[in-house]
Amino acid sequence: MKVSMTVNGVAVSHDVEPRTLLVQFLRENLGLTGTHVGCDTSSCGACTLILNGEAVKSCSLLAAQCEGAEVTTIEGLAASDGTLHPIQEGFREKHGLQCGYCTPGMIMSSVQLLQRNPNPSDQEIRHALEGNFCRCTGYDNIVKAVQWAASQS
Amino acid sequence: MVPVAFEYHRAGSVAEALSLMAQHGEDAKILAGGHSMVPAMKLRLSTPTTVIDLGGVSDLKHITDKGDHIAIGAMATHWMVESSDVISAKAPALRDAAASIGDVQVRNRGTIGGAMAHSDPAADYPGPILALDASMVIQGPSGQRVVSATDYFVALWETAVQPDELLVEIRVPTTPMNANSCYEKFAQPASRYPYVGCAVAVDKSGGTCSDVRVGFSGVGHVGFRDSNVEGALKGQALSAASIKAAADTATNGVDVLSDWSVSEDYRRAMSRVYARRALTKVGL
Repeated sequence: MKVSMTVNGVAVSHDVEPRTLLVQFLRENLGLTGTHVGCDTSSCGACTLILNGEAVKSCSLLAAQCEGAEVTTIEGLAASDGTLHPIQEGFREKHGLQCGYCTPGMIMSSVQLLQRNPNPSDQEIRHALEGNFCRCTGYDNIVKAVQWAASQS
Repeated sequence: MVPVAFEYHRAGSVAEALSLMAQHGEDAKILAGGHSMVPAMKLRLSTPTTVIDLGGVSDLKHITDKGDHIAIGAMATHWMVESSDVISAKAPALRDAAASIGDVQVRNRGTIGGAMAHSDPAADYPGPILALDASMVIQGPSGQRVVSATDYFVALWETAVQPDELLVEIRVPTTPMNANSCYEKFAQPASRYPYVGCAVAVDKSGGTCSDVRVGFSGVGHVGFRDSNVEGALKGQALSAASIKAAADTATNGVDVLSDWSVSEDYRRAMSRVYARRALTKVGL
């Protein structure tokens, strides 16, 4: 079946099987490998992206469900001149990552968080990132990275 | 992991979904948010030959104050329920439950109708739906029917919705008693599924419990009203002692789930603790 959507501002369209997952569509059809597959069971959040303004786990969505949707992945966050998004900058500034595997998902969930709550407390950040697992950092620097980004606006 | 291959249809309306269901029969599955179904399909626990997606049925995605009740479209997401001012003010137990489901991403996609139709024994909504005395609007080939919460939950994974029908709306009465409600939950620390979820609504005019409804999630094979607790508290003066005495009767005579992490006895004990906490929160 034909699936069309807008990914990072670009209209895309591919013939895929109905069982194609959104994350496969991005990684295999579009070559956008910034969105990671971690647990593949909607627990870990590595595959988080923004779908029509909301953070979702792309391993648990069919591409077909996203017909006509607006998708933003980690590749679409930085400005066209390469200037990093404040949350990306925050993760760099505050060492919000070690191995980096969870980072795209963490950042996309943080985008959603700061849209809904521009000045979150420590607790609110931890609560909002419950759906994203990091096995390296112990989360402290991730919280600091999000706070740093919040302080930039 | 990928699902077994299937045929995909995107319905544009409830009528179209019902006609697709009639056409494809029992091997067709309805897809709402997909946050139970797609993982189950990826694990090949569910292998439908046809998937009928309700994602394009925009008139099921609403939360409307109708005066004497709140109408919640089946495709309203948990986030919509959690962030709705009218639900927060008039049915806080439902807000509490929605806000406690999974995580942000799951709440952004998962729907109340999908959860209610799936009827997972560990779902959060059954307790509040029962405590708020909500009703479910079910549409089939011959029109709509309205089913009360107590008749809706039939058995494990089974509801009043028949194979040729769709759950289209949940109606929550806007009574002073429902405005005085809450949901308290003992959550599995990783998945956030409730080991025990207890929703209560209390009418406490004059310090006396003139009416009370207590609904449990995650405790039995299906959500249930606890008539022990309700009977023990109704007509009593509300105090810490009367609440504890009533809560201590919770789950008497009810079959209670047992699993590798929470035994039957522990679940009964926690049901009493969480009933007490919920009743204390809105009863005192």
